[in-house]
Amino acid sequence: MNGARKVLIDPLVDNNPVTLQVLGICSALAVTTSLLPALLMCLALTSVAALSTAAISSIRHHIPNNIRIIVHMTIIASFVIVVDQMLRAYAFETSKQLSVFVGLIITNCIVLGRAEAFAMKNGVGMSFLDGLGNGLGYSAILIIVATVRELFGAGTLLGYRILPLVSDGGWYEANGLMLLPPSAFFIIGLLIWTIRTWKRKQVEVPELRIHEVHRTEVL
Amino acid sequence: MADYINLFVQAAFVENLALAFFLGMCTFLAISKRVETAVGLGLAVVVVQIITVPINHLIYALLLRKGALAWAGLPDVDLSFLGLVSYIGVIAALVQILEMTLDKYFPKLYNALGIFLPLITVNCAILGGTLFMVERHYDMGESIVFGFGSGFGWALALIGLAGIREKLKYSDVPEGLQGLGITFIIVGLMSLSFMGFSGIRL
Repeated sequence: MNGARKVLIDPLVDNNPVTLQVLGICSALAVTTSLLPALLMCLALTSVAALSTAAISSIRHHIPNNIRIIVHMTIIASFVIVVDQMLRAYAFETSKQLSVFVGLIITNCIVLGRAEAFAMKNGVGMSFLDGLGNGLGYSAILIIVATVRELFGAGTLLGYRILPLVSDGGWYEANGLMLLPPSAFFIIGLLIWTIRTWKRKQVEVPELRIHEVHRTEVL
Repeated sequence: MADYINLFVQAAFVENLALAFFLGMCTFLAISKRVETAVGLGLAVVVVQIITVPINHLIYALLLRKGALAWAGLPDVDLSFLGLVSYIGVIAALVQILEMTLDKYFPKLYNALGIFLPLITVNCAILGGTLFMVERHYDMGESIVFGFGSGFGWALALIGLAGIREKLKYSDVPEGLQGLGITFIIVGLMSLSFMGFSGIRL
């Protein structure tokens, strides 16, 4: 039981796929201008990750090694098509906002990376939990970024007004930069800084140390 | 002609796949430590993008689109839900074929691109280019220009970032920001500067 819990909880902070393994940032950041599409994206990715790792794990002994990537891609693509059709059927407006990014879950490195690194070596149940955990780790980052961007960019959360805007007679001047692509990079950069100040083990060792070299020695 | 140049500028600068749509970020951040490798990967992406976008356009227009199968006597069939799986199949197969062709006829180029080619299959910039082509209803000529422009813009951003990161190792970065953190901040600044291109039309 302890092992299963570790597999599920570890990717949330300690081994987060986005901030530590640098996976799956690709399609994610563009959908974080407001919270609702971000939540749908999280749901889509988490279900695809959990189901496809479970499916791949269940046939892992029958996949020939040299064509495994194509097999993985086909399985993942099939799940993505199912999720995409579901979104179109039940949440059409939001799925329009997500545009191509649901389709891009296919090439999301988290899904493929977990299939390759975990599902090919472990049982169905564990792989399902691993996919779920990594999906949730990704969701955590997405939700934080989306909350910050929607709250400060538009003064709303899920469409409800939290900070009354100056233009409507309130006091808050909306920060338009938050709705533009660069802010997503800044927020993730700062988020990584915060996490690494908290979990010091994750700090990367610089290639070059400046302080140890004495100026006169260089000259 | 002016339309095509406009589309090229739009795809390469204003709507840069990496900096405005965050596509291909994983490779973008992982392979941008040295300018040399960045040039290799950038070249590979441009080549693959020029080939895959038009071919996927043909597949969409002749096989998958609603009414596209009229030539086979099936005017009511709409196969567009099979799009995702066919595009990724085409991309994977093309990358494999390209790899084998280069290996046989242009071994020098193959050695230069070698390790990056397989990586490209899972690069979201490639699939993203195709999906944007479908969503925006480009025709054949526009697909070629869009493929070239988007690949070129992505490569440009990658090489730029690699240049900055090469210099960056001499600077004194706070401990927690070291590596990935500072890279994100730089990409943010680059994205901000690329936004300066917005609104440019010829």
